[in-house]
Amino acid sequence: MMDCVEETNHDPLSAPVAQTPGSVDPKLEKKKPNENVSLADNSLLVDISDALSEKEKVKFTVHTKTTLPEFQKSEFIVVRQHEEFVWLHDRYEENEEYAGYIIPPAPPRPDFDASREKLQRLGEGEGALTREEFLKMKEELEDEYLATFKKTVAMHEVFLQRLAAHPVFRNDSHLRVFLEYEQDLCAKPRGKMDLIGGLMRSMTTTTDEIYLGATVRDVNDFFEQETTFLQEYYSHLKEAVAKVDRMTTKHKEVADAHIRLSSCITQLATREQPPTERFLTRAAETFDKCRKIEGRMASDQDLKLADTLRYYMRDAHAAKAVLVRRLRCLAAYEAANRNLEKARAKNKDVHAAEQAQADACAKFEQLSARAREELIDFRTRRVAAFKKSLLDLAELEIKHARSQQELFRKSLQVLKECQ
Amino acid sequence: MSEEPDTPPFSTVDINNDNRDDEDLFASAVQVSYWNPVLLTCCVCVRPPAARRNVDAPLHDEKLWNLQHSSNLMVEVSLDSEVNGAREGIEKAAISDAPPSINASLASPIMEEIATERANNIIITITEPQKIGEGMSSYVAYRVLTKTNMPIFSKHEFAVLRRFSDFLGLHEKLTEKYLRSGRIIPPAPEKSIVGTTKLKMTSTPSTESANGSSAAGSVQSQFVERRRAALERFLNRVAQHPVLCIDPDFREFLESDTELPKATSTSALSGAGVLRLFNKVGETVNKITYRMDESDPWFEERSGRVEALEACLRRLYGACEALAGERRELSARTHEAARACAALSGADPHAPLSRALSHTADLHEKIEHLRLEQSNTDFYVLAEHVKDYLGLIGAIKDVFHERVKVFQNWQHAQMQLTKRRENKAKAELANRPEKIEQAANEIIEWEAKVERGQQEFDTISRVIKKELERWDEVRLHDLRHALLRYLDDHMKHQAQSIRYWDAFLPEARAIK
Repeated sequence: MMDCVEETNHDPLSAPVAQTPGSVDPKLEKKKPNENVSLADNSLLVDISDALSEKEKVKFTVHTKTTLPEFQKSEFIVVRQHEEFVWLHDRYEENEEYAGYIIPPAPPRPDFDASREKLQRLGEGEGALTREEFLKMKEELEDEYLATFKKTVAMHEVFLQRLAAHPVFRNDSHLRVFLEYEQDLCAKPRGKMDLIGGLMRSMTTTTDEIYLGATVRDVNDFFEQETTFLQEYYSHLKEAVAKVDRMTTKHKEVADAHIRLSSCITQLATREQPPTERFLTRAAETFDKCRKIEGRMASDQDLKLADTLRYYMRDAHAAKAVLVRRLRCLAAYEAANRNLEKARAKNKDVHAAEQAQADACAKFEQLSARAREELIDFRTRRVAAFKKSLLDLAELEIKHARSQQELFRKSLQVLKECQ
Repeated sequence: MSEEPDTPPFSTVDINNDNRDDEDLFASAVQVSYWNPVLLTCCVCVRPPAARRNVDAPLHDEKLWNLQHSSNLMVEVSLDSEVNGAREGIEKAAISDAPPSINASLASPIMEEIATERANNIIITITEPQKIGEGMSSYVAYRVLTKTNMPIFSKHEFAVLRRFSDFLGLHEKLTEKYLRSGRIIPPAPEKSIVGTTKLKMTSTPSTESANGSSAAGSVQSQFVERRRAALERFLNRVAQHPVLCIDPDFREFLESDTELPKATSTSALSGAGVLRLFNKVGETVNKITYRMDESDPWFEERSGRVEALEACLRRLYGACEALAGERRELSARTHEAARACAALSGADPHAPLSRALSHTADLHEKIEHLRLEQSNTDFYVLAEHVKDYLGLIGAIKDVFHERVKVFQNWQHAQMQLTKRRENKAKAELANRPEKIEQAANEIIEWEAKVERGQQEFDTISRVIKKELERWDEVRLHDLRHALLRYLDDHMKHQAQSIRYWDAFLPEARAIK
């Protein structure tokens, strides 16, 4: 990583700048497997011990420790890419057995475009900056890149951990394959066709949602309420995520604006008499420290507020998917009912139709019961998570504001003394 | 140029003898006014030059300078005897051979510094900007409140209503009077046709103070507030100046209850404005085309330093403004986030969580205001300070240019003199007595002009040196003060932020 910095310093306008994030390979050494999983059960523990960024893709090293007899060994390591995580998620979604469950949302695609673009812009605007400012900006960007990277890894980890901790999902054969199989799973990076396919699928889900919502009469108040709630809630969450994101990016820019201020004051200082120079240099240092605190404030807001909202936005989406699946199941049940009536009218294949109807009914009942539990669980989970992150946020904000205040107080003291 | 009144040395006065006993008074004045915590109220006190550490100029130099001056001018006599304590020897000098076409105020001269050699204290605040009238003929009037203990003013505290063009008129008058003599005149705030027109067009009778950030017309009130602060700083800078402060026009501006004659020539859209523009263009051309051979290394060094400082400050201004702008935008985005949180809290069925979320929304709304205040601190304390100094550097450049003009004049006279001498020599060769006599007369005339030109040049150079020394000192003091105030304000903002979040903590804990 340092090599890259060196290399681009000499010629920041050339291509390497844009490529830097891609070729950087921040190794993330993780500590012990995450504790929150072990609280529930120790029989299957998953964590991502390492991650490597290579050009366009990120390789995650998935480390599993288990006492379950289904696995051949008690501890093993595989290397997985983001696409394989998506593949795993899709397998869960496809499986009808899991129709009543809220399937943990797939982790978002590693997205370093924003950082990369910023770095490129920085390279282009380099002429307007002093060398010192340029280096500071670059450092900031690299920090930002690293933070995004860590966040991506964490989200992939959370996805696996939720699956591993789940009493039903943990027994899935696909998960076992994912964790155990040492070769590449045949989940090729999605090409354009796949992307279109994915788009189609999400469109069908949406149209299903609208179509079924309009045609199928729901008999159950609980689900009706839940549907309206989730729909509304999801859109509000989405809005909130967008707004909070905008706020935190701006906060980051506020922090970055301190760089120029500090460097300008330093520049001013070099032209003055020694006492004034000392005074101004100190002031510039203060601004530089202030920038760091502001930056941390911004990233903590992002981590605590925006990310929590974002996670529950996607969770709410998953919950919505459950409702759609339920409606689909209901539609099938109604179709079976109609078939049965038809069969009775014609007095043909009555038994088979009766059987199908009973199956559909049972399936629907089961799914509904499961979905109800899951949705209730979703609500409590959400409240607990929100509480935790709001508390964390408040504490961190107070901490940062305190250190900021302390910084200003101290430098005021120093500056007043320095004549 | 040649119509300049003749100024023969009338008297020599020592005016610097009461300097030394003002030190403590000055110190206390600094204590009081420089640490005034009131936001957006720029308080300045006049510093007696005696309190300066004048390293570069030895005492005799200063005296010499003063002598030069007191000999050079018509003295202002409206000062009362308390002020006059030290100046028994000054006489009122009427310049006999001044051409009558030049009116008194124009010809008037560098004022005695004596009045401010005492520790005077003057604080000017501008409050209650209010819109008067409707439509295009409306204007904003500002209440100018002066508090002073200077005996030159009849009262300790007085207030007048002034409009923006009055300030410009004041600046114009001061420039007319003092630029020729090399004084750095604090620039008046810029005109803004767009801002003014917008303000005129708003039909809301916004008589409330612009400080309150009411949602309606916040842009307008921001404009007015900016201008109010700028005007306040302008007046205080003038008041800070030992000579400009006791100028009769300035005092009239502060004291006179009657409305000042409308300064028509200051309007941007007028014949005078166009004329001024032409003059400016001419001046600029002159500035570019005429290069004077600098004989004084001090000036060479200083003008280089001023240029470098300007470049530096320009960058700093950009940085401050960028920071203030980013923060203002952050405030707007915080507002949006708060709204989104409020909407989310409305949709949340879990009562305690919904409550907590609505508190989050409230909190963010408070933080939005806080960030706006922070942005204001960035802007008013730092950016505007730097901008003022950019303006002052402009004034310094004007003064430098004025010196060049005086130099040009002198050189012109010199050239003319040489020419006349040649004429005389030619006439002598040709042996034509009547021509010789004429030439001799001309030579005497031009010799006097050269002498005067040189004297004028020496004077302006000396005044500029002194002015710049003063300016540099004030500049460092101001910069220091601005930075300290900036940090202090931000420290308070952080304290406020802590209070907000502290109040929020129990709400987050209350989620069951």
